[in-house]
Amino acid sequence: MRIFANSRYDFIRWRWYAAALSLIVLAAGAITVATRGLPLGIDFTGGTIVVLRFEQPVTEDDVRTALTALAGDKVVQRYGEDDNEILIRLPQIGQEEGAALEEGGRRAIELVEQADLGKFEVRSVESVGPVIGADLQRKGIYATLASLLGIMIYIALRFRFTFAVGAIVATLHDVAIVITFLAFTGYELSLNVVAAILTITGYSVNDTIVVFDRVRENLRTMRRESLYDVINLSVNHVLGRTIITSGTTLLAVLSLYVFGGEVLKGFAFAMIVGVIAGTYSTIYVASAIAIALSGRRPAVRTAAGAPPEPAERRARKPGRNVRVS
Amino acid sequence: MMKNLRWKFATIVAVLALSAWVVYPIDESLRLGLDLKGGVHLVLRVNTNDALRAETETAMERMRSELAKAGATGVNAELLGVDGFELTGVAPEHAALVRQLGADIEGTYNRESGAGGTHRFTMKANVRYQLADETVRQALRTIENRVNALGVAEPVVARHGGVDQVLVQLPGVADVSRAKEIMGSPALLELKLVEAGPLGSREDLLAPHGGQEPPGQQVVSGVGDGTAGVSYYLVQRTPVITGRDLRNARPTLDEYNQPAVSFSLKPDGAAKFGNATGQNVGRALAIILDGRVVSAPRIESRITDEGRISGSFTQQEAQDLVLTLRSGALPASLTYLEERTVGPSLGADSIRAGITASLIGLGVVTVFMLVFYRFSGINAIIAMGMNLLILLALMAYFGATMTLPGIAGFILTIGIGVDSNVLIFERIKEELANQKGVRAAVANGFDRVFLTILDTHVASLIAAAFLFQFGTGPIRGFATTLTIGLLANVFTAVFVSRALFEAVLAGRQTARLSI
Repeated sequence: MRIFANSRYDFIRWRWYAAALSLIVLAAGAITVATRGLPLGIDFTGGTIVVLRFEQPVTEDDVRTALTALAGDKVVQRYGEDDNEILIRLPQIGQEEGAALEEGGRRAIELVEQADLGKFEVRSVESVGPVIGADLQRKGIYATLASLLGIMIYIALRFRFTFAVGAIVATLHDVAIVITFLAFTGYELSLNVVAAILTITGYSVNDTIVVFDRVRENLRTMRRESLYDVINLSVNHVLGRTIITSGTTLLAVLSLYVFGGEVLKGFAFAMIVGVIAGTYSTIYVASAIAIALSGRRPAVRTAAGAPPEPAERRARKPGRNVRVS
Repeated sequence: MMKNLRWKFATIVAVLALSAWVVYPIDESLRLGLDLKGGVHLVLRVNTNDALRAETETAMERMRSELAKAGATGVNAELLGVDGFELTGVAPEHAALVRQLGADIEGTYNRESGAGGTHRFTMKANVRYQLADETVRQALRTIENRVNALGVAEPVVARHGGVDQVLVQLPGVADVSRAKEIMGSPALLELKLVEAGPLGSREDLLAPHGGQEPPGQQVVSGVGDGTAGVSYYLVQRTPVITGRDLRNARPTLDEYNQPAVSFSLKPDGAAKFGNATGQNVGRALAIILDGRVVSAPRIESRITDEGRISGSFTQQEAQDLVLTLRSGALPASLTYLEERTVGPSLGADSIRAGITASLIGLGVVTVFMLVFYRFSGINAIIAMGMNLLILLALMAYFGATMTLPGIAGFILTIGIGVDSNVLIFERIKEELANQKGVRAAVANGFDRVFLTILDTHVASLIAAAFLFQFGTGPIRGFATTLTIGLLANVFTAVFVSRALFEAVLAGRQTARLSI
């Protein structure tokens, strides 16, 4: 079966609409972050999370009432799909001297025991002090930026600089879209989610590389067409492959989301958004930027006849091709 | 061509067999992270300032007592932060002595003399750094000893992150509090001669001395004589022996059949102990643990080699004390920065969820590939299967740890691995559509796509490298799994898939390929 066997869709023509769509989504995201804030996990804010599993179903209110003696803003919510797992989140308690780091968690567990809500088991306790929290924030940002830079340099070396810029803008776009959807849905930014975002930087560029690779090949054989046409054609050529690959990766990650357990939900969700955004951005963002920066006008669309380009551009063309290939 | 093919298949079978042998049985060959096995992950900071202060205090005390011996009274000594001290009120006739004493320690301290008999000593920067480093290393050793003594299987104790941070991982540990107490207990044992006490309050004790601690003596509190409430003792500052002089410690019973700790001394310590007890029969000797008096028995006769510490211990407390004494005192206090505990039931559930998701993911992708590529889809599935097997084998071989995100990486490898095959197959389809012969189409497909595969993998590997650097524990597991999966993928997608195609086409006049 061959899908999109001889497709000739003029994708690039819609690039301005696509840009508008992206901007709208990102703006909505920015507003959400500005008003509701981006939920940060304890890995970055510090604090304690306790997950309890009760033998009998309990309500969040029961647990919340049990914890009234505990100072500070606590969050009590359901964890996972069963109705007997509860997650308690406590803010950082002042200093982290000695055993104080786990004080909050221990106290919370004691209070729940005293409240007599039935037998329960402590599934996990995580406490992060402020030092580590700030540390991880910094490292997370550095790692993401460094990864983007590294990839950009690699693409600039293997293809051409304008392609690299296009690829990086596409990847940044994907990261922003993922963060936007996280803000929409309220999944918090935890270590796992940041790992997913870093993975997306590598994955999103995959698609882009495949298109650029085809562009490079087609440029060698189609010397008369404008970059616009070559890119359009290349996208069409690889469309089948793009859809299928995104499809399989999406299936794998969906399986993770549905069956992989609660701990990885945030990670899987980020990956799902990232994979979809990655495909979209390859077609519309990367290529559009590459075209815009290359300064070729989409004036000539017919294959016949030499494009009416100024002499110096034509003289430059062979040089470029030689370097690229 | 056939011979070439035979070699290729021999290689493939060899790799397959080797991988299978390394991986089997899987629950023993693969190291599991804490999030899958259950256990405790701790990051703590060694407060090196404690050690610096102790060192500076000792130097200051020594200088003060030397000056006192030479008759320089009225000298005030004060600590400046943790790495310096200042002497004020030194009479001019003693300035030379100060200079001489300063020369003795000039390898460690810089001396500044000011007007009015003021002398300031500051620790040199490189000595400071060295001392801090040595403190962390010693703390590391001590913690390691204690963790090992706890009987934890496969613990991890290592330097981590910042210059004074230590990572401790204790798989399968249930009682976190006890573990933390044992690790963090200073276990500083000092035996000091008692000058006065026990009395009920600090003021009573210091009254005969004008409310001040006499030079060379200090007040310590504790429950030394078994009475209820706190008692105060005036003891000599310099200990007779400390924990460093201990050769061994073991649990025992005291004369009331209560749990106690008996200790034996090294030769030097035994000599010092013998002297002190021999010269001070009838006086009390305070046994001070972590700055509190545990007991203060009277010296009955000269003792050289053994001693006993008793004082309302439970059996567990006595055993824990033996453990910490044996491992040596901690040179500095510890602050816990991060603590994550995963219960064993959550670990088991995570494993189960991970395996389920992997199998379903695998199944769905298989169906997908078969639908789109028909029999050639089988080729892709076999290649992917090998990919996963090699991934597990390499992880087992290198002792890499499989974590929950690592399982996610495993599942991701399924998706990304298939990508390479899709690239190749689509290219082959194109070549076929361009009327190339079947064999040529296959060959061209692989050749043309090889560079693209390389490019995409390098990009993902760059991201994985930074991920590895950024993360600890579970995230590192993810980065590792992803990296190994990608590398194995290059092998299987290019080499194995191609060999399979060639095998299918070998010796046949087929003009058709099921793709």
